[in-house]
Amino acid sequence: MAYRWGMAVDLDKCTGCEACVTACHAENNIPTVGAGQAARGRAMHWIRVERYYEGNFPDVRVKFRPVLCQQCDNAPCEAVCPTYAAHQNEDGLNAQVYNRCIGTRYCANACSYNVRFFNFFNPEWPKPLHLQLNPDVSIREVGVMEKCTFCVQRIKAAKTTAKAEDRKLVDGALQPACAQACPTTALIFGDLNDPTSRVARLSHSPRGSKLLEDLGAEPKITYLDKQPWHEPDTY
Amino acid sequence: MNRTLTKPIADDLIRPLFQTSIWFYAIVFAAATVVACGAAAWGYQIWFGIGVAGIRWPVFWGFYLVNFVFWIGISHAGTLISAILRLVNAGWRRPVTRCAEAITVFALMIGAMFPIIHLGRPWLAFWLFPYPSARDIWPNFRSPLAWDFFAINTYLTGSVLFLFLPMIPDFALLRDRSTGWRRKLYGFLAFGWRGTTKQWNRLESAMQIMAVAILPVAVSVHTIVSFDFSMAAVPMWHSTIFGPYFVAGAIFSGIAALIIAMAVLRKTLGLEKYLQPLHFDNLGKLLLLMCILWAYFVFAERLTVWYGNEPSEMAVFWATQRGAYAPFYWTMVVCNFVIPFIILANPRTRTILGCVIASFGVLIGMWLERFLIIVPSLAHKQLPYSWGSYGPRPTEITIMAATFAGMVLLYALFSKFVPIIAIWELKAGLPSRLDTATQTEASLLATRLDSESFPPESGAPRGARP
Repeated sequence: MAYRWGMAVDLDKCTGCEACVTACHAENNIPTVGAGQAARGRAMHWIRVERYYEGNFPDVRVKFRPVLCQQCDNAPCEAVCPTYAAHQNEDGLNAQVYNRCIGTRYCANACSYNVRFFNFFNPEWPKPLHLQLNPDVSIREVGVMEKCTFCVQRIKAAKTTAKAEDRKLVDGALQPACAQACPTTALIFGDLNDPTSRVARLSHSPRGSKLLEDLGAEPKITYLDKQPWHEPDTY
Repeated sequence: MNRTLTKPIADDLIRPLFQTSIWFYAIVFAAATVVACGAAAWGYQIWFGIGVAGIRWPVFWGFYLVNFVFWIGISHAGTLISAILRLVNAGWRRPVTRCAEAITVFALMIGAMFPIIHLGRPWLAFWLFPYPSARDIWPNFRSPLAWDFFAINTYLTGSVLFLFLPMIPDFALLRDRSTGWRRKLYGFLAFGWRGTTKQWNRLESAMQIMAVAILPVAVSVHTIVSFDFSMAAVPMWHSTIFGPYFVAGAIFSGIAALIIAMAVLRKTLGLEKYLQPLHFDNLGKLLLLMCILWAYFVFAERLTVWYGNEPSEMAVFWATQRGAYAPFYWTMVVCNFVIPFIILANPRTRTILGCVIASFGVLIGMWLERFLIIVPSLAHKQLPYSWGSYGPRPTEITIMAATFAGMVLLYALFSKFVPIIAIWELKAGLPSRLDTATQTEASLLATRLDSESFPPESGAPRGARP
């Protein structure tokens, strides 16, 4: 049976440290656009940690929610691309063919999660970051849309190895950079088609919900809700 | 047909083609300069990247798409007005149709440039074409942008034909009246027109077929432009009303553009005799009708959103109603409804000047309407964390200015090479017998006999001219 990659995000475990964001940038050669361009809305973070504040000072509580491409089964970005640059690959990933992208940016508008990022200029890295580019990941040129791939280069490599050794991938043997970097293991990645995998079991957790589920995009990322919080002094 | 009337008409309408004032050169030079600035700005954008425009995450569509929808809207001036008036055989259409059809073609050419200008990699725009490639990849027919490609190209082809067909007899007239390179050019464009009954019959049926065919195409093209928005699950885009709403808005802005163009031509080419207050009065009534229709659509759209009270839609609703975009919204309401309604509803203010003022209001208002449809929705999508804003950059503003100058330039050049009023159609509309009502006017026009080709009376074919 084919793989169907998914992720569970345990919001109880997320501390908002943004190690996932940094790891993603390093793994996927995501340009650092610089302070000026970032202020003009050109920052690119395939994964971001959204912060929601609740209550008034001093009783403020922050909720963190890591948001990355939801790898929708019924993805709104794919249908609207006039050149098939955005398409569903054989593992159910919302793949983006950079070479085929002409930059209409329609996919980014259609995406309700705003997880698609556009190369407004050719990529640049401040020294010495230009020396740490990942050779497994292509550099995207100006005018091209890009997005979270679930580290497709790692998936391809692991699948090739597994196929050569004539076996299925073991659950947990493969991780995208964000999940690998998460110090609290809040991000759990795996094969949703394997009912025994951790991610498949967590996806059916009563704590689980999908982001903007009512829109019907059928995301493959499950958010595990925070458990009710009890103030220590109320006991 | 009283042929004593036809010669002065031809003289009046052909004169601008052969006499050129210094003002013409001044206007062409000024417009061409702005167009050149726009071309340079586009070159700058291609060289450095689309990032020189103001678009950003999450507002990925900005001024370029606003102008795209605006210009495609303007293009509805010609076909709908001219085709409908032709089909119902409204006599007063005769001096108006060609002005209108020319606006359609030029506005479409300008509008169709924007989807290419706004691309991240415009040099690959040909991937939208359905051509057989070695990779066996076709455009994605599920994408509204692919529908756009076909809709706009069909409409452009149709409206070029619709503009060109009734120009053939006039080209023949010009061929017979000119010398040198102009004679060669007009001779080529006249396609060997000799004014035989057979030719008139064929032209007449071709015009009827085109008028019928272009109507659904015109409606479909702006519906499909509206589908670019309504197909996406973006708050306040995802609406079933968008198709007719966009078509109504397009006709609205198209009539406004036509009124302004007619008023300018009337003054600059001295066509006071042909573009009379009657024409402005009639078009003003049409504009008033569209103004009320537009207000009704906005009311229906806004009321259903407000009553539905869906949170993500309400964010956009309040942002436009009383938030950051409210000044634009209320300016739009004033320009699109209050000003035109007050001016046009009153017969005493529905003068040429009144119509022109109302039309300028409509153009500003309709441009703002497109901005308010595109930008606030993208800036307020479902997740509040990713809300954003948008402001244009100089590149976008320059290119936008260049398209307006481009329209002036194309129109000025067009009126220099083609009579802006269809001579033969005007002649065909002349009374066959001089009754008392037209006698005064006719005596003004009638001076000499004339031996030029002109069409049979009121569309009915007759024998070859002696």
